[in-house]
Amino acid sequence: MSIAVDTTKEAENTPDKAQPWNELGLKQEEYDRIKEILDRRPTSAELAMYSVMWSEHCSYKSSKIYLRQFGEKVTPEMTKNLMVGMGENAGVVDIGEGWAVTFKVESHNHPSYIEPFQGAATGVGGIVRDILTMGARPIAVMDQLRFGAVDHPDTARVVNGVVSGISFYGNCLGLPNIGGETVFDKVYQGNPLVNALSVGALRHEDLKLAKASNPGDLVILFGARTGADGIGGVSVLASETFDSEGPSRRPAVQVGDPFAEKVLIECALELYAAQVVAGIQDLGGAGLSCATSELASNGNAGMRVQLKNVLLRDESLTPEEILMSESQERMMAIVPQKDLQAFTDIVTKHEVEFSVMGEVISEPRLYILWGDEEIVNVPPRTVAHDGPVYERPVAYPSWIDALNANSAATLPRANSAEELKKQISAIVSSPNQASKSWITDQYDHYVGGNTALAMPDDSGMVRVSEESGLGVAIATDANGKYCQLDPYQGTQLALAESYRNVAASGASPMAVTNCLNFGSPENPEVMWQFKQSTAGLADGCLELGIPVTGGNVSFYNQTGDVAIYPTPVVGVLGVIDDVARRIPSGWQDEGNNIYLLGITRDELDGSAWAETIHDHLGGKPPLVSLKNEKALAELMLGANLQGLIASAHDLSEGGLAQAIIESSLRFGVGARIWLNEIMERDNVDLTAALFSESTGRMLISVGREDDVKFVGLCEARNIPVLRIGVTDSTKELIIQDVASYTMDELTRTHEGTIPELFG
Amino acid sequence: MKIGVVTFPGTLDDRDAKRAVRLAGAEPVSLWHADKDLHKVDAVILPGGFSFGDYLRCGAIAAQAPVMETIIDAAYGGLPVLGICNGFQILVEANLLPGGLIRNEHQHFICRDQKLIVENVDTAWTNQFTLGQEITIPLKNGEGGYIAKEETLKELEGEGLIAFRYSEVNPNGSFNNIAGLRNAKGNVVGLMPHPEHAVEPGFGPDTDKAMRSGVDGLNFFSSVINWMVKA
Repeated sequence: MSIAVDTTKEAENTPDKAQPWNELGLKQEEYDRIKEILDRRPTSAELAMYSVMWSEHCSYKSSKIYLRQFGEKVTPEMTKNLMVGMGENAGVVDIGEGWAVTFKVESHNHPSYIEPFQGAATGVGGIVRDILTMGARPIAVMDQLRFGAVDHPDTARVVNGVVSGISFYGNCLGLPNIGGETVFDKVYQGNPLVNALSVGALRHEDLKLAKASNPGDLVILFGARTGADGIGGVSVLASETFDSEGPSRRPAVQVGDPFAEKVLIECALELYAAQVVAGIQDLGGAGLSCATSELASNGNAGMRVQLKNVLLRDESLTPEEILMSESQERMMAIVPQKDLQAFTDIVTKHEVEFSVMGEVISEPRLYILWGDEEIVNVPPRTVAHDGPVYERPVAYPSWIDALNANSAATLPRANSAEELKKQISAIVSSPNQASKSWITDQYDHYVGGNTALAMPDDSGMVRVSEESGLGVAIATDANGKYCQLDPYQGTQLALAESYRNVAASGASPMAVTNCLNFGSPENPEVMWQFKQSTAGLADGCLELGIPVTGGNVSFYNQTGDVAIYPTPVVGVLGVIDDVARRIPSGWQDEGNNIYLLGITRDELDGSAWAETIHDHLGGKPPLVSLKNEKALAELMLGANLQGLIASAHDLSEGGLAQAIIESSLRFGVGARIWLNEIMERDNVDLTAALFSESTGRMLISVGREDDVKFVGLCEARNIPVLRIGVTDSTKELIIQDVASYTMDELTRTHEGTIPELFG
Repeated sequence: MKIGVVTFPGTLDDRDAKRAVRLAGAEPVSLWHADKDLHKVDAVILPGGFSFGDYLRCGAIAAQAPVMETIIDAAYGGLPVLGICNGFQILVEANLLPGGLIRNEHQHFICRDQKLIVENVDTAWTNQFTLGQEITIPLKNGEGGYIAKEETLKELEGEGLIAFRYSEVNPNGSFNNIAGLRNAKGNVVGLMPHPEHAVEPGFGPDTDKAMRSGVDGLNFFSSVINWMVKA
């Protein structure tokens, strides 16, 4: 079969031919710029490449001017451990002993609404390949999920599909799933968020970069064959808002094969070990268009490749489709000619298919041939890196002052113990505060044998070095409600919580990644939220002294004109010298004293209490003091080094009530808690003592023998500390003057909700 | 003492199985699915994972791999073989153990700390346990429901060929709560739970004493060492 191809010669001869730039998502001025760059009209293959690479998803054209501050608001101290910063597939951090780790979160929101199972599965696959591309062995995954209201008829479809997709793909890859978040809110009804995080470990010398710089090196595509899946997925799917009529582009979602990816991982790691790869890039969004142009652009070189050499699943694909295909489980390697045999031996051993597509050239030009015809002839930098950059209009939201004025402080509060107990039970059994074990039990958290902590502990922790016990902890957080009330502060609250979670598990916070989920950047109010959120994160990281190593932006998360709450997922990575010193989140032993660190203020705006009891969202989010968070983290490090801490759990959504119940349920240990001293010292009532979401607080249990030392340490560092209870052997949780629960009752209350809804 | 650990494409817990062998005091040897040579190992472990993607039926393609030809012959000759999860499925597909393993009754993949009762201690892989002992071993699978014909079940029960039963919770709908089997000679044992995930304090299941401190899985590996020493 012969396909009529649009060649560069043809483009020169027919300068006025009409082209579907608009349908491909390009703006008139963008199309004009392509013509200016090429000094002719683009061929259809070039148009496909530019359209996909200049899409919001790939080019970050609306966010770039704000993301720069993550690289600018830094000190030399912050970046001294950063081996690779933003802009590469994932940031790389030196964690000592010759080890480095790389981690990143990415969104797969739109595909996961259309086809929840495959959308979520390939989301895991994509982020894992990003980590692999840095030369690292992926060692764990986490996921951050937002679904619609639990009682909406469509929610179960999305929840079951997404969870099964993550379970199917992640488990089959052999990567422990060590944590994540699940939140339900009607704002995510037509636009769920599926973010996936992966972390990998490598020796310093094994670092790989996505660049092709040595002329003569071979350009090799290996892994799965190229098919018709996901064609245009990036530019069309990721950049278009779902209209109310629902999805109509079903085939645009990629299909994942985790077995092929597992084989690809082992094959790539063996290729790295044999040192036959000079540069490597995974094929994800924008497929070959992205891999070829980025490798060449990063290496300040060019490439000449034969597109007919691509191994296809479907022989009828046009050159444009081959360039845009998002078939999964593929990678592109740059291999010196002398190493071709060694390369061939290794991929053949793994029964992985490959084809040599062409070679690297010194001229900074990307030539793509289709047989004898030249169909692409472009400067790779203009495709990969010099795309359009927009400073979109921003506008202070017209509705935000009214929202901020509507505080939860004046909502009616419980005035009897009976009513308080009802409220506690309602909150800890509400879908957002209930145990998510029905979800996390579908993920393998054991594989690898290095998992030191996983859900429901405050952070996930994995051992990196079996010799020394060196490991990393990761926690992620995003509170969309807080960000709706105040995106600057809300984002800092997410940073503060992740940071606190990492500190609570005994690790020292070291680096930050993010996945910024927002509405349409063409809406000036959304753009204002984005501007505030990124400023909050950059300022916050500067104050905490930990750098942003990379991240991802997902715009156009809305249904019709209604945007989701701004949902900037912030992930913090910490390092621990020996994972044997990790701290569990729950009480383990009887007779330990329970301490509350930090001050409780009457802060109920945006809280789980306001949502569950009053269906209310308004006011201002809790104050955040990063100085206090830092002091708290330093105290934890000091106390943990001396072995003084039996357990630690941060206080966040649901306040003290939630933290007490989770601490008790973790190992089924009861306790007696009293609140009167908090109320007296902090001048708050029972409702605030139980449900306030004031930041900078942790619940710590300490063995009696370490009491004096621990309290002394807190006092020396000016951390407010108050003994509020003691663990016991009764299998009962008693909150004095408020409520008592048997362990069975607590278990039913906290763990029954999600299986009942979705099981 | 050398214990071989087979890697098929899609095997996941091979490194964990090798660590377990090492912690028990033996030397792990990597075996590759396409290589028939067992490299003079004294025992073989077929570890967990999704061999060949578990396409077709779990373990069905792996059971036909070149290395399995040698292992099957050697198993008939008395070589100790332990199949864990996918490895158990492979043993069943290879007819070294009877019955079949199907999708969990509740249709979901499940990962949990599972209590088991040791039903038989006269095998290469269980002789360091005591009969009736309750142990906690992580379980993680999507297709762990054990099924067999009525007469096979009768035979398994009558001949004492059930090695482990689920205790407290039957996590996948297995007939007769069967978690693991042995062959008549006692050299071949297969089970769905993962003993190699309960061998190192800090990384195993929770116990009453401390988080992740469970090491009940170690006895599988010390059992085979003991078996070989006696042999």
